[in-house]
Amino acid sequence: MLLFLLRRTVGFLATLLAISVIVFAVMNLLPGDPALTVLGIDSTEDARAALRAQMGLDRPAAERFLAWIGGALVGDFGTSWSFGVPVAGLIAERLPLTLSLAASGMVVTLVVALALGMAAAANHRRPGDWAMMLLSQLGIAVPAFWLAILLVLLFAVTLRWLPPGGFPGWGEPAAAASSLILPTISLALVQSAVLARVTRSAALEAMRLDFVRTARATGLSPARILWRHVLPNALAPIVTIVGMQFAGVVTGAIVIENVFYLPGLGRLIFQSIANRDLITVQALVLMFAAIVVAANFLVDVAYVLIDPRLKARAT
Amino acid sequence: MSRPPANLLLGGALVALAALAALVSLVWTPFPHAALDVANKFAPPSAEHWLGTDQLGRDLVSQLMVGAANSLAVALAAVALGGGLGTALGLAASAMGGWVEDLAMRICDLGFAFPALLFAIMLAAAFGPSLANAALAIAFINVPVFARVARGAANQVWVREFVLAGRAAGRSRLALTLDHIVPNVAAAVIVQATIEFAVAILAEAALSYLGLGAQPPSPSWGRMLAEAQTLLWIEPMLAIWPGLAIVVTVLGFGLMGDGLRDLADPRLVRER
Repeated sequence: MLLFLLRRTVGFLATLLAISVIVFAVMNLLPGDPALTVLGIDSTEDARAALRAQMGLDRPAAERFLAWIGGALVGDFGTSWSFGVPVAGLIAERLPLTLSLAASGMVVTLVVALALGMAAAANHRRPGDWAMMLLSQLGIAVPAFWLAILLVLLFAVTLRWLPPGGFPGWGEPAAAASSLILPTISLALVQSAVLARVTRSAALEAMRLDFVRTARATGLSPARILWRHVLPNALAPIVTIVGMQFAGVVTGAIVIENVFYLPGLGRLIFQSIANRDLITVQALVLMFAAIVVAANFLVDVAYVLIDPRLKARAT
Repeated sequence: MSRPPANLLLGGALVALAALAALVSLVWTPFPHAALDVANKFAPPSAEHWLGTDQLGRDLVSQLMVGAANSLAVALAAVALGGGLGTALGLAASAMGGWVEDLAMRICDLGFAFPALLFAIMLAAAFGPSLANAALAIAFINVPVFARVARGAANQVWVREFVLAGRAAGRSRLALTLDHIVPNVAAAVIVQATIEFAVAILAEAALSYLGLGAQPPSPSWGRMLAEAQTLLWIEPMLAIWPGLAIVVTVLGFGLMGDGLRDLADPRLVRER
């Protein structure tokens, strides 16, 4: 077990390193001159050279990479070219909003998907099952950002119950929460369509096993069999998809923040692209990719914890 | 063989509808898609403008048709490029085996760390946003997907008797791959391609919505939605049609993929 964890951790760290190399390589193949972009075409060559030196662009790529990754390890992502403040500070300011959105999106996804998936499995080949399958087939085809626009149309434009976008800041908790309701639903509904289907088929698989028949024979209630016996045995495929979906929720949050004008990391990426603020984009892309890899790493570990049969093999 | 599955027929019909709109748009649209007619802005549906016009008086049907062409072209390019590269990589990995296979699959694992959106963001930041960069980003994420599918299917074929017989007869791995492995993994790859078409169309729509895809005046369903969002209070229907177009096309490819999988592997049908 310890050896398994050690191997996975080493693999995880190696992946992180490889990702940072890829991000750095793609971002530094840049054909343009960032100094020219920042200063404009009327600037003198001397001024541009001075700015390049200040940005560190005159040093060899390998040295810049080591400096960048060394700084990133201690939380120093350099200074934003467009905001003129440390990138780490920009991220710290906006991270809580993005994390809140991703976390609430993931929770709602889980609740909706488990409820629908288990209900469909319990009603296998009955109208409730077909309705769920139809709904989820449709849900997979709906882009989250379009669902978001439709929700704004209904709840903000027509009914005027919720704000169409923007964020009042954490100082007003009630207003902040209500401005996250529509973004959370848009993010979660589409994700839960996939997860509900996986939950349903995993549960159907588990329901075919002998112990379920035994449990029925001993007179346990159907609900107790479903949640206490079927679900734990159906968890492995569900956890795999949840790990992949966490990536979907995090990148989905980038899109949804832009639909609702929420000042999180997703908005920051697009402001930075517009400003050609490469050092900020680079830090953010690395961070998002690292979150995705970390989620998959945790799923790998969770797997072994869920399934004791794997634990025996993992030692 | 019995009647084709219902989801294949329905999916095929929806896809045919989108493909027809895209093909016809190459030679004819009711109006030039970018033609401005400000006097006629926000026109309601009529015999002339079937779905009305937008805030600049542009005909909605014409824009949706050209949008279909853009969307399908990006999906086709992305799936062909990413699927081709990925399948070749997967077949090569399976044929070589050993450390080459391990290395190829590790590299593929890395690819999964970059969702299409992140890759498109990097490309847009470094090279500027364009439809071609969006296609490239979507192609990139398809490489590991197809490599895994092709390798998995090929590994099952390499241990079959007829392939072992071929090896015993001294045929090269390349010749065996072309003659025996490719025909046997084709079904799995085609099913995956259909599903990835749906994924690619969703991804293109999202990228164009965010401004990382089609650039004005080239119409795209995603960009039409981005413009319509600012006009929700004035003309909500502008935000309905492009979204429906996306859903119909994605649903079509999704159903078609399910149907093809049922045909390719009938054992799965009883599971649902």
